Amino acid sequence: MDTTIKKSATPDSMFTSKLQGLLRWESFLVLIVFLVCVMNSYLSPYFLDPWNLSDATFNFTEKALIALPMAMLIIAKEIDISVAAIISLSSTLMGLVAQMGAPVYAVAFVGVLAGAACGLFNGVLVTRFKIPSIVVTIGTMSLFRGISYILLGDQVVRDYPDGFEFFGQGYVYWVFSFELVLFAFFALVFYWLLHRTTFGRYTYAIGNNPTASYYSGIKVDKHRLILFTLVGVMSGVASILLTSRLGSTRPSIAMGWELSIITMVVLGGVSILGGSGTIAGVVLAVILMGLVTFGMGLLNIPGIVMTIIVGVMLITVVSLPVLITMYKTSLKRKEAKAL
Amino acid sequence: MLKRLIYSREGVLSIIVLTMFFGVGVISPDFISLSNSVSIFNDTSILIMLALGQMLVILTRCIDLSVAANVAFTGMFVAMVNQYFPELHMALLIFLSLFIGALLGAINGLFVWLLKVPSIVITLGTMSIYRGATFLLSDGAWVNSHQMSESFIGLPRYEILSMPVLGWMAVVTIVLFFWAMKFSVWGRNFYSAGGNPMAAFYSGVNVGKVQFYAFLVSGTLSGLCGYLWVSRFAVAYVDVANGFELQVIAACVIGGVSIVGGLGTVVGCVIGALFIGVVNNALPIIGVSPFWQMAISGLVIIIAVIANASSGKDKARIILRNPNANDEIRAN
Repeated sequence: MDTTIKKSATPDSMFTSKLQGLLRWESFLVLIVFLVCVMNSYLSPYFLDPWNLSDATFNFTEKALIALPMAMLIIAKEIDISVAAIISLSSTLMGLVAQMGAPVYAVAFVGVLAGAACGLFNGVLVTRFKIPSIVVTIGTMSLFRGISYILLGDQVVRDYPDGFEFFGQGYVYWVFSFELVLFAFFALVFYWLLHRTTFGRYTYAIGNNPTASYYSGIKVDKHRLILFTLVGVMSGVASILLTSRLGSTRPSIAMGWELSIITMVVLGGVSILGGSGTIAGVVLAVILMGLVTFGMGLLNIPGIVMTIIVGVMLITVVSLPVLITMYKTSLKRKEAKAL
Repeated sequence: MLKRLIYSREGVLSIIVLTMFFGVGVISPDFISLSNSVSIFNDTSILIMLALGQMLVILTRCIDLSVAANVAFTGMFVAMVNQYFPELHMALLIFLSLFIGALLGAINGLFVWLLKVPSIVITLGTMSIYRGATFLLSDGAWVNSHQMSESFIGLPRYEILSMPVLGWMAVVTIVLFFWAMKFSVWGRNFYSAGGNPMAAFYSGVNVGKVQFYAFLVSGTLSGLCGYLWVSRFAVAYVDVANGFELQVIAACVIGGVSIVGGLGTVVGCVIGALFIGVVNNALPIIGVSPFWQMAISGLVIIIAVIANASSGKDKARIILRNPNANDEIRAN
């Protein structure tokens, strides 16, 4: 009996301890990714074509770029649902700068800068005024996209400088697109940042117990501010890729992306309560969602059915570990009674 | 007494809303006419009802992101029932919409109650599932006004004392909520369960069950609003009310419902929704492009929560809050 009480009394890491029961969440994801690959290649002869697979990556790389810092933010017990609005605002500003005849690099710079500014704004509101991040970002979500609407109205910007299309449409080598290579690069960077630096350890510490972290001398607010800015910067980067891929900007760009990005993060085994999760898990979840979408696309299944499957996956992912623990405790109780 | 009323959050908010309302009235006197006021209230009715449901959920430290998807599914369901069985009585259809809404809400609530999984994840999931299910149900097709029966479209428009039934439904909901949240144990439990779950637990409140009720009520109201929405706009399609959940939450936040739970009043919530309603209706009249609407409501949310945070009421609560409170309840 003692053990059960101890287990359930662990604050917030309750989800991880349950996930460890499932071996490791990441290995489970690898298995599913493998199964999906086998199933897809069995169902459709076009699946294993390298160019088809390469095309499929365009579906998720932009979202995945934001999912990486978002994972760190959620691990630190915060959340940012304004990311899609940041994409919209940064894309709009890029469009306006491009219309003025700015060169490619200036346009891209404006995109990243706008993202960083938005992220910083979120961070300042959260840390300075002590407002829960979900409320702040619900507000800034309307604000950022609202500014796009004020600036563009129902207009569309298409005049991007020559060479800008490379970010979203170019290939670095053979089937490896610039987007994919950039994602691989940032996945490594964030892996290093979260799992190999004190910054990463602090992120876990803050997520597990902000008060204790504060009293151990971690600059909690500064840390949060950096994380929010990081999410903003990556949203800016994603905005460059998306704008370049579509070749146009309108205020309604990337509508609803925040939810699929958060879904990717949670599916990757990051606890929404903060304190646990890995970059490897998020990367696997991203690949899994990409493959499933692509496979269903090949089978002519409409995209909205995909959202049902993603929803079911999300709920299963969070409920399954709880159900397993419940089953285990009930077994233990039975044993105790039998004794 | 009067002083307390003016300095209260609801007092400040209603002064702001009234100033806005009469300010626009100076520019365009028609705006403050009785018939226009009624029509603004009527326009905001659905938002008010959904915000009241959402308030219960937020009071218990949860959040319901699936309300708009629930509206879309239930709306499509009753519209299709009406399309294929036009002679079915309206009372039955309304009951059906309440029932289906309650069912969808109960699914959310059961996960939160029995499995203790974070509501934001569950409702994020059910939001996609309900929206997807709407597509499966309708096969992507629209139900247009000519496929709906006359009474189906006419009911919310039927005027009693020069206000449409839609507005009266909101009035009834407000009165019921006001009574329940002030004078019934059932309603007070939402505050205790959210304000301090551990204390609530030790005083015999089943926190999980209270959360379940919150989702049930939110779902039921979403179901009713599903019918009202579809009937009001005389069309049902998959993307009905897309993204409306954020406006609903915004109405609560503007109205002073604290996202960390336990704080919020029916009056505040209604004024918060009316604030959004007045802004939406006023913008075209004072000649501001409707494209400003989104940024303004975003700005208002931010200002409202900053004002809320710097009033300093919550600070003592946050320091005293035991971070393990939820887990100890789980352990039991």
